[in-house]
Amino acid sequence: MGGYGDVKLLRDDGLRLDGRKIDEMRPIEIEAGYLPAADGSAWVKHGLNIAVAAVYGPMEAHPRKIQRQDRCVIDVRYNMAPFSTSDRIRPGFNRRSREISKVTAEALESVVICERYPRSKIRVEIEILSAEAGTRCAGITAAAVALADAGIPMRDLLVGVASGKVEGVVVLDLDKAEDNYGQADLPVGILPNTGEIAFLQMDGDLSPDEFNLAMKYNFKAAAEIHEIMVDALKRRYEGGEN
Amino acid sequence: MSQGQTGAELRLVTPGMAIGPLSGKRVGSGALAQNEQIIATRLGWVRELNDTVSVDPINSTYMPRSGDLIIAIVAEVRNNLWFMNVNGPFQGLLPMSLAPWKVEFGAARQHMGIGDVVMARVQEVDECHNVVLTMKGVGLRRLNEGIIVTVPVNHVDRIRGDNNETLLRLREICDCRIMVGDNGRVWIDGSAEGTSWARSAITLASQSGHKLSFEAELSALENDAPKRGDA
Repeated sequence: MGGYGDVKLLRDDGLRLDGRKIDEMRPIEIEAGYLPAADGSAWVKHGLNIAVAAVYGPMEAHPRKIQRQDRCVIDVRYNMAPFSTSDRIRPGFNRRSREISKVTAEALESVVICERYPRSKIRVEIEILSAEAGTRCAGITAAAVALADAGIPMRDLLVGVASGKVEGVVVLDLDKAEDNYGQADLPVGILPNTGEIAFLQMDGDLSPDEFNLAMKYNFKAAAEIHEIMVDALKRRYEGGEN
Repeated sequence: MSQGQTGAELRLVTPGMAIGPLSGKRVGSGALAQNEQIIATRLGWVRELNDTVSVDPINSTYMPRSGDLIIAIVAEVRNNLWFMNVNGPFQGLLPMSLAPWKVEFGAARQHMGIGDVVMARVQEVDECHNVVLTMKGVGLRRLNEGIIVTVPVNHVDRIRGDNNETLLRLREICDCRIMVGDNGRVWIDGSAEGTSWARSAITLASQSGHKLSFEAELSALENDAPKRGDA
């Protein structure tokens, strides 16, 4: 991040290369109940990112050493499909996917009411079918909708969203060029109803003012994404279909 | 939804959504109190009964409760007990002392093996979700014939209907024995035609049992039902 000062990421008219304003998100579509075989599932298209999440359980936690007597554990597996990027990715777990699986699991554990299911495990599978920067946020959003679809009790719907800095300007929802050549990236997991933060990572440097502005953008975007998530769940079930 | 607010508009809520002010109401399952507000914790329909606000979840896993009548499948056999698949997160345990037969130590396999299906009752569930089953009781036995159909746990009440009306009607139409377990497993036993029809009817009841159109749909399906004595 940084070090690519000659790459122009903002147009002269103040818009970004893809025509968005600095506080504008890429379009988002969400579908709940995408996979019939899973207990709960969701499909999220965020810009060119496509994430599918499936939830299985609660089930008995195996091996028994991972069981916790007072709560369930959330086992997240984040994976990028080999065809999700322009360069083929070697299939299987890697350092990055392990890290994202871990932070996603920790974020979800703070939202799910784990005490309801002692000694159990809830398995969350996140598969990225197409990647364009911001896949962890798309994955978290998909996982939250899938958990709600599976009937898992939660304090709120967790929303994944990111802001960053390009050419010294704080922008919302970085695309691939901005993520690769920008100066900072701030992905956050937000609970929109309470305004709490379930996870936060920062790559690059932001001044306190820039950080506050980025968080302001993130909260605004989280409220918009939350509406789309609720709408996706209501679309699936309203009318007494299920 | 099986127990909706009759005459009132059903309201779908998602986790984190405010249902309304607490104002002296009690908080039931699927909801919690936060800052004088009642917040939904599950995706489902709001229900208010006797000043208690709860959320009927649309999807849920079967969580055994003491007294539930369930259809269980033998998953493992030990010398003196059986581990049963109860269609929930945890296996249930059926000790030989609670089996309907006199079982000698080491002879459990002679009575039931892996894959055998039984009608059992949940005797006890502790806070760590250890489930103990019993087969001592009226009607609790091994199910040697018939088929098992699995339906979502929250649709069980739809199949039964008010005062078991729907279930009794299905039994009457297809002339089959049908038992509905609280764990979402339905046992059907009868002629091949009757069983096939009952399976379709149970799928219909599971999907539409709560709708006003269910009566008409069941009547239409009834025309295809096998005549009594056909088999």
